[in-house]
Amino acid sequence: MSAAIIDTLTAICLILGSLMSLAAAVGLLRFPDLMSRMHAATKPQVLGLFLMLTAMGLQLWQWSVVPVLLVAWLFQLLTVPVSAHMVGRAGYRTKHRRPELLSGDELEEVVKAAGEDTPNQP
Amino acid sequence: MSVLGVVVAIVVVILSLAAAGTIYRIAKGPSLLDRVIAADVLLAIFGASLATEMALNKHTDNLALLVVLSVIGFIGSVTVARFAAHRKEDA
Repeated sequence: MSAAIIDTLTAICLILGSLMSLAAAVGLLRFPDLMSRMHAATKPQVLGLFLMLTAMGLQLWQWSVVPVLLVAWLFQLLTVPVSAHMVGRAGYRTKHRRPELLSGDELEEVVKAAGEDTPNQP
Repeated sequence: MSVLGVVVAIVVVILSLAAAGTIYRIAKGPSLLDRVIAADVLLAIFGASLATEMALNKHTDNLALLVVLSVIGFIGSVTVARFAAHRKEDA
């Protein structure tokens, strides 16, 4: 492939990847509560990083770096959901949710039922 | 300046704006977990800037740093989330 096409694809990947970061920052500033801010925060962590690594792979243009880039991305893909789960769980338990903004809270019924099963434990 | 240089300049401006917004959220809060999420996004922005620099200069020296960065983000947010779960009354 010609260098101009590769550079154009790289440019598109870089600009889109950085716009993901900007979208996350705007989401963090504008969204009202923890859960919706978490939704915004995942964009640069997964898709943004993928686009940036794609740009890197295009510029380096050799097959030997592709597995390394893939490992870097897969590692992020494995760790981000776990930490997001932990943060969301802690946020629910410490009353960071705003029930008036939710359209449904299925976890509330589960927590209530679990509390009825074991009345001695708060 | 090459086309890619101009693009990287634009990317630097966008990432700086994103980092500024994220740092504002870290400073303002209002809660601990909001700050954790904002710090995670700031780490993602650092990773994006590292990848941009590697793409511009065509080397892979900082790729290990990128992986380490995601490990640090993981350990940090899990630790703070466990810590926050123990303090029920603070909001």
